[in-house]
Amino acid sequence: MMIPACRLEDLPRGEAHRLDIDPPVSVFHTDDGELFAIDDTCTHQDASLADGWLEGCEVECPLHASKFDLRTGAVDAPPAKLPVRTHEVVVEDGMIYVQPSTEAPNLPPCISARLAGGPA
Amino acid sequence: MRTVAVVGASLAGLSAARSLRKQGYDGRLVVIGDELHRPYDRPPLSKEFLAGRLGEAELALEADGEDLGAEWLLGVRAAGLDHARRAIRLADGREVSADGVVIATGAAARTLPGSEGLAGVHTLRTLDDARALRDELARGGRLVVIGGGFIGAEVASTAYALGLDVTVVEAAPTPLAGPLGETMGAIVSALHADHGVPLECGVGVKGLSGETRVDAVLLEDGRSIPADIVVVGVGARPNVEWLQGSGIVLDNGVKCGADGRTSLAGVVAVGDCANWYDPRAGFHRRVEHWTGARERPDAAVATLLAAGAVKPGVPRPPYFWSDQYGVKIQFAGHAAGADSVTIEAGTADDRDVLAVYRRAGDPVAVLGMNQPRLFMRRRKQLAATAS
Repeated sequence: MMIPACRLEDLPRGEAHRLDIDPPVSVFHTDDGELFAIDDTCTHQDASLADGWLEGCEVECPLHASKFDLRTGAVDAPPAKLPVRTHEVVVEDGMIYVQPSTEAPNLPPCISARLAGGPA
Repeated sequence: MRTVAVVGASLAGLSAARSLRKQGYDGRLVVIGDELHRPYDRPPLSKEFLAGRLGEAELALEADGEDLGAEWLLGVRAAGLDHARRAIRLADGREVSADGVVIATGAAARTLPGSEGLAGVHTLRTLDDARALRDELARGGRLVVIGGGFIGAEVASTAYALGLDVTVVEAAPTPLAGPLGETMGAIVSALHADHGVPLECGVGVKGLSGETRVDAVLLEDGRSIPADIVVVGVGARPNVEWLQGSGIVLDNGVKCGADGRTSLAGVVAVGDCANWYDPRAGFHRRVEHWTGARERPDAAVATLLAAGAVKPGVPRPPYFWSDQYGVKIQFAGHAAGADSVTIEAGTADDRDVLAVYRRAGDPVAVLGMNQPRLFMRRRKQLAATAS
């Protein structure tokens, strides 16, 4: 299932666009003009990576210091320990589409607990 | 270099061990830690862990299956550094020979003189401290937090959410004025009053009362505040006593260059015990922030492996965060040099501000309260203009 994100012309280089699906996914347009989609929530704590520090093919969580590789989803250093999922991105007729991964997401403990009905 | 010893097994020590391997060091690596625990993350100790929302397993800093090929000597304190013999003396009499040393011994919580041995009195620095405090908070009661700094405010906020009756006492007229300046220190510390947590400012603590267990905090103005539990959050001092007599220059911690080098060849220092030269400010600063403990080891290890032949890069402006009463507080830069502070987004009344500190018109620091997106943009600009 391809989900429309936004028009390519509306997403300048160096910016990110967040899709409010569950769990949210963000599309990043790097300074080099490449497009990547990853899970938007840092695997350490509830923070939107679309708000993060984009540099090259890495985005740093806006709260703490973990960086995620947009190409692989891999995390470089604590406090996050788990990677984020990556998703396929397709551009058709100037529109950006995301094909969500079917893998299970790595959500931070506070969100996992909330989804499981435990204490938030 | 055949053996490198990392003295200290917390974030700075682990980051140094990782940097060594990442930068190609394949020799013997010994990590010495005075606690029995594997490296763990401290920020949650005053927040999610204390509230019972995060368990000990989740505090681990090492990834599952991570193997740095290091020898871990845990539960033993370093007692001395013999530079001539290239050896670290341990408190149990053992010795570790090493031709490279990373000092990462951190800092210890300051205590209140005369409070030793009084039950119910806590400091919060280590996992063991946090376990003890968590167990006590779970029983409820009246908590007095001495010190309105970040640790004190976080503990107060967590305990308030747990339903305790909390009071904060701060000797300075405005809490957080040191790191945030008077104006923003007042706005951030107003979070206590927002939640009905009394904040007593500008009054010192004379002592504690109680026979075997604390029952009150005695203030210098003659008042006394009843307490079942007391948390002392009055700062930390660098753990460098073990380096006395080693010949290393100590000055508010281990005195270092902008690349982590110390006065001794083959010895670098990182984390809370290290007083690094700040090339932007033109003087030394000891920065007790998580981010510094995470990032600076990269530079210090490069220095160690290159025997000082590398030129240090300019580090990013210091950054720290805090979570209090559900508000995310973020700060980057140095407030001390600012001559003005302007709220550029949000309002102080709503506690969602983005404030920029300037000196002669140039941004030198930025504070965010629940403004992660704007804060990150400003932080990026700050790093770009400052480098």
